[in-house]
Amino acid sequence: MMDGLEESPDLMEGEQGKSRSDTVDLNTDTSLQVDISDALSERDKVKFTVHTKTTLSQFKKSDFSVVRQHEEFIWLHARYEENEDYAGIIIPPAPPRPDFDASREKLQRLGEGEGTMTKEEFSKMKQELEAEYLATFKKTVAMHEVFLQRLAAHPVLRNDMNFEVFLEYEQDMSVRGKNKKEKLGGFFKNLTKTADEVLLSGHKDIDSFFEDEKQFLVEYHAKIKDATTKADKMTKAHKNVADNYIQISSGLMQLATIENTELDKAFTKVAEALEKARKLEGRVASDEDLKLSDSLRYYMRDSSAGLDLLYRRVRSLTDFENANKALEKARTKNKEVAQAEKVQQAACEKFEKISETAKKELTEFKQRRIAYFRKNLVDLVELELKHARAQVQLLKNCISALNEEA
Amino acid sequence: MADSREPPPFEVDEGDAKKDDDDLFSDASEHQKTDSVGETKKEAEPVKKTVPVFVSLNDHEDEDDDLFAEEDVVLDSDENEEDQTITEKYIPKLEEPKKKEPTVAESLAAVPPEAIRPLSAEEERPKLPVSQSSTSSSKITSSTKNAEERNEGEDDQYSLEIMVTEPMKVGDGMGAYIVYKVMTKTNVPAFRRNDMCVPRRFSDFLGLHEKLSEKHVHQGCIVPPAPEKSVLGMTKVKMSKEESGSADFVEKRRAALERFLKRTAAHPVLRMDPDFREFLERDGELPKSTSTSALSGAGVKRLLSRVGDAVEKISFKMDENDEWFEDRHQQIENLDQQLRKLHSSMEALSQHRKELSQTTAVFAKSAAMLANAEEHTALSRALSQLAETEEKIEQLHKEQSDQDYFTMAELLKDYIVLIGAVKDVLHERVKVYKTWKDAEATLTKKRETKVKLELSHKTDKISQAQQEITEWNHKVEKGQADFERISATIKKEVARFDRLRVEDFKKSVITYLEHLMENEQKLIKYWEAFLPEGKAII
Repeated sequence: MMDGLEESPDLMEGEQGKSRSDTVDLNTDTSLQVDISDALSERDKVKFTVHTKTTLSQFKKSDFSVVRQHEEFIWLHARYEENEDYAGIIIPPAPPRPDFDASREKLQRLGEGEGTMTKEEFSKMKQELEAEYLATFKKTVAMHEVFLQRLAAHPVLRNDMNFEVFLEYEQDMSVRGKNKKEKLGGFFKNLTKTADEVLLSGHKDIDSFFEDEKQFLVEYHAKIKDATTKADKMTKAHKNVADNYIQISSGLMQLATIENTELDKAFTKVAEALEKARKLEGRVASDEDLKLSDSLRYYMRDSSAGLDLLYRRVRSLTDFENANKALEKARTKNKEVAQAEKVQQAACEKFEKISETAKKELTEFKQRRIAYFRKNLVDLVELELKHARAQVQLLKNCISALNEEA
Repeated sequence: MADSREPPPFEVDEGDAKKDDDDLFSDASEHQKTDSVGETKKEAEPVKKTVPVFVSLNDHEDEDDDLFAEEDVVLDSDENEEDQTITEKYIPKLEEPKKKEPTVAESLAAVPPEAIRPLSAEEERPKLPVSQSSTSSSKITSSTKNAEERNEGEDDQYSLEIMVTEPMKVGDGMGAYIVYKVMTKTNVPAFRRNDMCVPRRFSDFLGLHEKLSEKHVHQGCIVPPAPEKSVLGMTKVKMSKEESGSADFVEKRRAALERFLKRTAAHPVLRMDPDFREFLERDGELPKSTSTSALSGAGVKRLLSRVGDAVEKISFKMDENDEWFEDRHQQIENLDQQLRKLHSSMEALSQHRKELSQTTAVFAKSAAMLANAEEHTALSRALSQLAETEEKIEQLHKEQSDQDYFTMAELLKDYIVLIGAVKDVLHERVKVYKTWKDAEATLTKKRETKVKLELSHKTDKISQAQQEITEWNHKVEKGQADFERISATIKKEVARFDRLRVEDFKKSVITYLEHLMENEQKLIKYWEAFLPEGKAII
């Protein structure tokens, strides 16, 4: 029953691997397959080896790898977002920046507190932190991979020129991080986004599908964001509990060594049981993190991408309405009517096109979300059950061993 | 050494000597005596260590050895018989507290328990050393096992069940206090009734502990410590209008008070203490104890004596020649340290689990909100079921956090303070040793003075010097006897402490693990109930 306890990082990878491919369950098409075959953490940056296998003719080779950094992923995401052609598509959310500061900080704090604990406790805590670091690292890699895989699986997005360059160009793409000006730009962009939100909420859509979708996504995003934060806090608290077990089992061990009575055996047994229970609790925490928090987090970001799509549509709608007004004006003035008609026509087409794709995209988003949650919730429960059963067995054995002795 | 020169000891302390004799003879014949010994005496002691007691009394080592050995044999068989015949065994035990006084009064007739009460601790004290020191010899060879069996047998025989219930707040504001109901069920004949229920407040418990400590600690008894005062906790209780705010604190204290009484009741000597009995028995309120307040005169005195003790502990270093005590001293120190560490880890665990429970509750709410927002029916349902499951899990975590606290952390804390009591007793032994050694030094000085006087032919002062020597010689003997006695008692007490510790810890650890397991089983049940909901999402 204790199988696999020892190799938690590896096991995590296995589960992670599964969840990665599951997120992109949409395509059975093997003409373009992307994965991250390797990742290297170098001081403050991570180098991802992006590996592509393809049968598509626009690529020079069928099997190739390039090294990419996080900034290049962000660059690619930005290209998709700014491309008007994709305005009706939910752009897969950009992967979050690799952030190991929390782990590093914890490691540092552990180092400072080294004097207060025994060697054994220290090494166990260190192991825990290292495992945590590894898990964070793997998750980061997974997020980057999922981003590329969703692009590769999308019938339209996969054909993007920038994407091809990203996958194929062997040199450093020399994308810089955002400089100050751009960051300021980003700030303004955020402002306009907030304005969009106001616009969106104030705007009653004639199309009931979009009206419903809008109301749903706005609320859903807020709720899932909240749930994600709360789930994170919960898993973190769970991890703390698991870590506490280390001190307790080590404390019992030490007690056992100075015990002059038969309690030494009992303490040793309990300490051993708690040490195993600690690993199980730790697994519960990390599985909850993986299956619950991360699912919520991913759909928090995906729903945000869905909202972005709605903003784009509303913006396009306003453009269309403005074009209509302009056309009317032109007609009353009887000036440049043809030009205005043309503009109005283009805006109308654009809007309709966005609406059409958006409808499809949002329906797909819903299907994807449901399948994803179903899978992860079932996984979560099965893991919870597995760990709880293992704990029951473990405790049962320990109790009967103690009773036998007495 | 003493006897050849100074026969007087026996004459001087006629009372003592008589009692000694009494005991020596009665040991073999009277159940009562042997049993009272059994109560207070330490079991398993190396023969050699205790022999010196008799040397001082009787002078010839070799003879003594033999004598005692014989006596032991007799005694042992006696005790065994007692073990077998319940009634015989218990009668002596019950009468024990009474007997102490009667011996002083030179009467063996049983005195009604009420009569005991007026007797102060001081009156009892002088008497005890005598009978004990004389009998301690007889104990020497009785094996630990034997003694243990006997102790356990005793505990089983008479039940003294105590419960502390129904804490009630009395009064308002800063004058408010909490009254607990102390319910006792017993078949110990010394009690007037089998069933008692009396109101007691916290300071009464402290007062009881104070009284017991005063009487028994310097005899080498490990007196279970009463719960600590908590100004903060109590202020909260006083300030809070509703019960709920302070319920946690009150419950913790109630449980701690109950454990204190139960531990006291389990102690073969303390359970027979008249003050303990009065505490359980006396209807209505106890006379208010003033000495327990931190600011009272007694409190200050206590503080001063504690400071004095601490200074003494640092300044006086006893050269330990009893390996057992040396080992135990070290072990107790280590145990103390480790228990403290474990205690803080356990409290941290309880705290973290409480946080886990709280965060789970928050998440459950959040998940319920998300379920409301979810437009897909089956997924929404599953999420709201998830929220309900998490709510149940929150309860589990909370219960487990309580278990962490009540089953483990409180137990550890109890043992940390109990170890404090063990240390007190060990220190008491050092004090007795010091008194003995001081007396020895004085005696040497007096002898030197006498020799000087003899050399300078100051015959007029010699008789006075001789008298002083006799006096101090007696003090030395008493000091040594006291030391032997307290050492013996402590050994027995510590063995008892070890035995109870094993029982307590085993029991608690198993209970704790069982609760953990039960909670995991509940967890399985909850998740199993949820599983179909998850699978029903289409």
